[in-house]
Amino acid sequence: MYKNYEDLSPIAIDALQEIGNIGSGNAASSLSAMLSKSVSMHVPKIKVLDYQAVIDEMGGPEKVITAILVSFKGDIKGMMMFLLEDAFAQIVVNTFMGKKHVNVIKMDEADSSAVKEMGNIMAGAYLSALAAMAEFTVAMDPPSMTVDMMGALMSAPMTTLHDVGDKVLFIDDGFAIDNVNIDANIILVPEMESLDILMRKLGVN
Amino acid sequence: MNITIGIGDLKVCKAPDVLVTYALGSCVGVCLLDSAVGVGGLSHIMLPESNTGMNTSTPMRFADTALPMLIQQMERLGASKSRMKAKIAGGATMFATASDKFNIGERNIAAVKKFLNDNRIPIIAQDIGLNYGRTQFFYPQTGIMEIRAAAKGNKLF
Repeated sequence: MYKNYEDLSPIAIDALQEIGNIGSGNAASSLSAMLSKSVSMHVPKIKVLDYQAVIDEMGGPEKVITAILVSFKGDIKGMMMFLLEDAFAQIVVNTFMGKKHVNVIKMDEADSSAVKEMGNIMAGAYLSALAAMAEFTVAMDPPSMTVDMMGALMSAPMTTLHDVGDKVLFIDDGFAIDNVNIDANIILVPEMESLDILMRKLGVN
Repeated sequence: MNITIGIGDLKVCKAPDVLVTYALGSCVGVCLLDSAVGVGGLSHIMLPESNTGMNTSTPMRFADTALPMLIQQMERLGASKSRMKAKIAGGATMFATASDKFNIGERNIAAVKKFLNDNRIPIIAQDIGLNYGRTQFFYPQTGIMEIRAAAKGNKLF
């Protein structure tokens, strides 16, 4: 039984890496179809990081980030948080609402629901990769989006995690949309029991 | 000198040093000051109670264990608990989910208020709750707490 994410062996990390690869591929095709733009993906990297390192990696505690939080349940339970930098919201709002230079912290209802929907689709793409690889049933709760300081956003996974340690699974991902590079990082917080089930299902001990 | 307090940490200082903690979400930043001796302290509280989780090696994260440590460290610098006054900020609800798990902001505020009340330390200013992150500066020299929020700029308390 895993006690925290640090217990994951290199083989287990590789298995998660493969889920990340397929998830990113799914997300890139969904994005491309929705935006009618060419979308290429970077090869994602899975890291086990403590939450202070995640905040640093994202540009520091006061960096304004668009975060989409999705809880999932079914055969495995947990939460994931998509962390999108400004350029992502700019492209979505530009494509769907025809606006340029949107101030993400002051988006109106319509702009904000367009961005949220995109994030929702990407989160779904990752979770269905996970479900397909492990032959699991996974259901998503409705996502919730917040644009705010990175440090403040981290309080959601941090308080969920406090009894298992300070480390999260961090998927360092990115896309190029019409040749504009966009970081799209993901924090994955499966419950420990679920992680155990997942690893057994994937044949990793 | 600016002294930075990390997540689930606490620090004390003497004026004119400044205490700062960045981007409080559901966490609560508690500033204490004994203005008679110019000794201040700031505690970045993550969770209300130490007895609910397995992780008890980190007492500075929990309201019930961090705040006694903060007072003790201030007393070592010459402060007196009977003169202390508090200013608090944070305890936001960062995501609009139905799940109770994330209502931690409100529980943090309640735990901090209970501790301060039990210890007869008055709260003389607060900027708490709602749904946005806050960076907190505390100036023991003047007793001013300055709050910075991404959408609202800086405000003095």
